[in-house]
Amino acid sequence: MRRVTLGAAVIAALFVAGCGESDQVVVYKQGKYQGKPDAQPWDNAPLAAGQLGGKWTKGDRTSWEEQIKNRQLGQHEHRRIYQ
Amino acid sequence: MARMKFLCDAERCIECNGCVTACKNENEVPWGVNRRRVVTINDGVIGAEKSISVACMHCSDAPCMAVCPVDCFYRTDDGVVLHDKDLCIGCGYCFYACPFGAPQFPQAGAFGLRGKMDKCTFCAGGPEADRSEAEFKKYGRNRLAEGKLPACAEMCSTKALLGGDGDVIADIYRERVLRRGKGSEVWGWGTAYGPGKPGAQPPAPGAKS
Repeated sequence: MRRVTLGAAVIAALFVAGCGESDQVVVYKQGKYQGKPDAQPWDNAPLAAGQLGGKWTKGDRTSWEEQIKNRQLGQHEHRRIYQ
Repeated sequence: MARMKFLCDAERCIECNGCVTACKNENEVPWGVNRRRVVTINDGVIGAEKSISVACMHCSDAPCMAVCPVDCFYRTDDGVVLHDKDLCIGCGYCFYACPFGAPQFPQAGAFGLRGKMDKCTFCAGGPEADRSEAEFKKYGRNRLAEGKLPACAEMCSTKALLGGDGDVIADIYRERVLRRGKGSEVWGWGTAYGPGKPGAQPPAPGAKS
């Protein structure tokens, strides 16, 4: 009698487990870059610093950004040509 | 600095493919690979034909980066999305994920042999020594490390294609739109007219742009 009860309990537990709703959504994790590290563009000897008013010096990010900004504004013909 | 972006003014693009040629020439891109191309809609329809130059948009939340099984993509401090060709296995997942069709695969051999992915680098090279021969062979020229902007944008004859810091080129575009009085619809209210007041609504459809 005890075995029958135990067996019935196990079967009932399996049936209940079949009705369970487990989370099936995959949790995506953002990967991390596995390659070689890259150098920063401002850590180079300037090539085009003399053009368009740039004064870029090696290793100085701010001066490189200023150089690039001058270059960007060179695309603006309303300022480049008409003023 | 904000993020490096491209912005193509459809009112100005004349489909000359100068940007495509400049990119090919500057980076010595192999036959069959097009890092940049010009897309035209309503081709031949008078008054309705518009062209736009498309390449990698260097997305802030790049799908290619998300799906890459070997995690060979990285983003520079300037927001340029680059990848390491030594890690790339040429699986093509990034091609399927990219909404712009930017990733390209050289098919030099027989039986559909697919090489390592190649795409627009915003003329920023890759993870090799800057301005080195190895970097040029794998990724093309590193113009940012030379203090220059991408060749496609700087070579554009009508200055339709603008490249650079998103804020700066959006200002240039906005000033153009205000001067000519049209063409704001393509890139949206924010790009054409600035952020405006918080919570402000764009104009109703049909309103004068």
